[in-house]
Amino acid sequence: MAQAPALPRGFELPLEPRLPRIGSVDQVAVEARAGELAKRSIKRDAKLFALELAIRCMDLTTLEGADTPGKVAALCSKAVRPDPTDRHTPSVAAVCVYPNLVPTALERLRGTGVKVASVATAFPSGQSPLEAKLDEVRWVVGQGADEVDMVIDRGAFLSGRYAKVYDEIVRVKEACGEAHLKVILETGELGTYDNVRRASLLAMAAGADFIKTSTGKLSSAATLPVALVMLEAIRDVHEETGRIVGFKPAGGIRNAKQSIQHLVLVHETLGTDWLTPDLYRQGASSLLNDVLMQIRKERTGVYRSPDEFTID
Amino acid sequence: MTEIEPRKSAAPAPTSWDYAPAPESRDVVTLRERYGHFIGGRWVEPQETYTTISPATEETLGEVGQATPDEVNAAVGAARDAFSNGWSALPGSERAKYLFRIARILQERSREFAVLESLNGGKPIKESRDVDLPLAAAHFFYYAGWADKLEYAFPNRRPQPVGVAGQIIPWNFPLLMLAWKIAPALACGNTVVLKPAETTPLSALLFCDVVQQAELPPGVVNIVTGDGRTGGALVTHEGVDKIAFTGSTEVGKAIQRELAGTGKKLTLELGGKAANVIFDDAALDQAVEGIVNGIYFNQGHVCCAGSRLLVQESIYEQLIGKLKRRLTTLRVGDPLDKNTDVGAINSRMQLDKIEELVAAGKDEGAEIYQPPCTLPEKGYWFVPTVFTNVAQSYRIAQEEIFGPVLSVLTFRTPDEAVEKANNTMYGLSAGVWTEKGSRILAMAQRLRAGVVWANTYNRFDPASPFGGYRESGFGREGGRHGLEPYLRFDE
Repeated sequence: MAQAPALPRGFELPLEPRLPRIGSVDQVAVEARAGELAKRSIKRDAKLFALELAIRCMDLTTLEGADTPGKVAALCSKAVRPDPTDRHTPSVAAVCVYPNLVPTALERLRGTGVKVASVATAFPSGQSPLEAKLDEVRWVVGQGADEVDMVIDRGAFLSGRYAKVYDEIVRVKEACGEAHLKVILETGELGTYDNVRRASLLAMAAGADFIKTSTGKLSSAATLPVALVMLEAIRDVHEETGRIVGFKPAGGIRNAKQSIQHLVLVHETLGTDWLTPDLYRQGASSLLNDVLMQIRKERTGVYRSPDEFTID
Repeated sequence: MTEIEPRKSAAPAPTSWDYAPAPESRDVVTLRERYGHFIGGRWVEPQETYTTISPATEETLGEVGQATPDEVNAAVGAARDAFSNGWSALPGSERAKYLFRIARILQERSREFAVLESLNGGKPIKESRDVDLPLAAAHFFYYAGWADKLEYAFPNRRPQPVGVAGQIIPWNFPLLMLAWKIAPALACGNTVVLKPAETTPLSALLFCDVVQQAELPPGVVNIVTGDGRTGGALVTHEGVDKIAFTGSTEVGKAIQRELAGTGKKLTLELGGKAANVIFDDAALDQAVEGIVNGIYFNQGHVCCAGSRLLVQESIYEQLIGKLKRRLTTLRVGDPLDKNTDVGAINSRMQLDKIEELVAAGKDEGAEIYQPPCTLPEKGYWFVPTVFTNVAQSYRIAQEEIFGPVLSVLTFRTPDEAVEKANNTMYGLSAGVWTEKGSRILAMAQRLRAGVVWANTYNRFDPASPFGGYRESGFGREGGRHGLEPYLRFDE
């Protein structure tokens, strides 16, 4: 009996709703396009709009072994009122911490509207047994975390065990319950844009609410071409299935200029509908003060001393 | 904690994020009220003049000369003197120094040139800044390197300069085409008389400043401006040894008829109707970028533009959907705005031609798509356009439109793609999009085109020869091949 050509081992995707064909990504061309979008010149009102949006969409993050309740408490205060001298400055979208610090963050952020996100699933490597990962997820959700940032099992992905990666995301999504699930692909370890596209589609098929570039633990993180590949995957899923998935670049976005470049990418790839904290987040630990400084500069016309902005 | 104000409920998504205008400053350019001809290293007051404008605003930029046969004669005479009295006998390494100097000055003054190019030609500043200027400088650098190595480029053939080259260039890449013409001519020891296009003379006239700044010997580069009459006088002048022309096929044919039997060397770089072939395994989002770059780059005023899109039927709907969506993000408007993707049509005449052919496309039954787009009130503009349901027999599939208008056809198999792609009188360029390397090579062998791009489009490099088949012309510019038209060989 004739046999249909096999899909890569274990790469079974649900047929309904139909996923966009996996397709491929051309490295040279995608880098050229991202480079071109990075040259958009965003000035005056458009810049101010982008800077405020960058704050509203920010996941203010601390993920250090040295994190303490004191450090997280300070970060939470900053998250709610990034610039105490300027009441018009919005709060950030969420604070992102390790599981043990979720209770502290929750306590400090209660009633402020700023969400608490926790990394989980043996962040950053993901190299632990599934049950341990699920326990961790259930624990942070039980504590009251609003959002869970999980990592995919890159070891499984790179050895071609796509079904394992897929199943794990499905199980974590179940364990999340009401909490929003962001799936970290750790693109710096995936090696090719083709893999980034595959992993993006896989995560979305498995139920990710957001797909996220990186853990922030590698030097190669949220580059513009990687972001573009993921945004195009989100666009394809939306066009083919109607499903709306959010995007979070994280890692390496250190100044306002890079932050605006990412916003331009989202704007020109997915449109204005995605320019909201519900569908777009930027993970950052050291970006906020530069954005504040640029806002002050746009409003007053002069740069202020870095010491006028609090370090938390 | 009491002082902390709760964040207001998540703000709804904005309805639009309008980029504020980001115009490049015009201050770097100093326009003169009146320009003469540049003959024998000096400015010569013209006998007749016409005005040159900005196609984006129709504002007058200055008065330039309309060279008469007498003035052309003077320019050819100056070029002949310079050729005989030193330039042709100069060691190649000395000629190279001048070319290197010109290249460096172009780099130093690139912003000035880029602004002027966009002002006079209507192309977006991001293109003149990132494409035209770097490539123009690169051409001078590249041919500077060949100037003292001609014996190695053509071993045992004793290359000699031809003499005086008459060069006529188009309005789509005014400075870049000047560089393509002047750099190899000078590297080979010739002197030149160049006529820029009627509508875009200003960057060539500014280039005369560079020539003076580089202290090039008088008469090595002469620039006369004017319309087709000036070009005609240059072509028929007996003192010219070689004609290099880039422009329309119609004029190219007329020049070839004119030169038949005169013994003058001739190269022609003419029109095109390139096929951009998209296979179903291509990286689609990047192919869409390539299609956009292929036909909307420089408002489609590109002889090698990918104006015929050939799409494999199995991905037709998906690809066209993506393409239409992408078109809605193109920013059409002020060429000097750094965020502009598509600028102004170069002239009233060209706009009329585009409008005429687009009307013909509609009449013949093709389906037209144009994204919503607000065009400036003054100036010459045309919305980026896609025609689907185009048959091979339609005029929009046959004739060169030279505007931002794409005709989409479909194919089923590689053989059919080759057959349709080659079914044209032109043969300048083609594009192939597939992830399969073997298919790229097979297609490149079978497509009759001077340049075949694979998974990219409109990419240029001075080291790569460029030129056409059939009605797209003959002779090559760029690379080692680009030296040959400017040399004779004593074999």
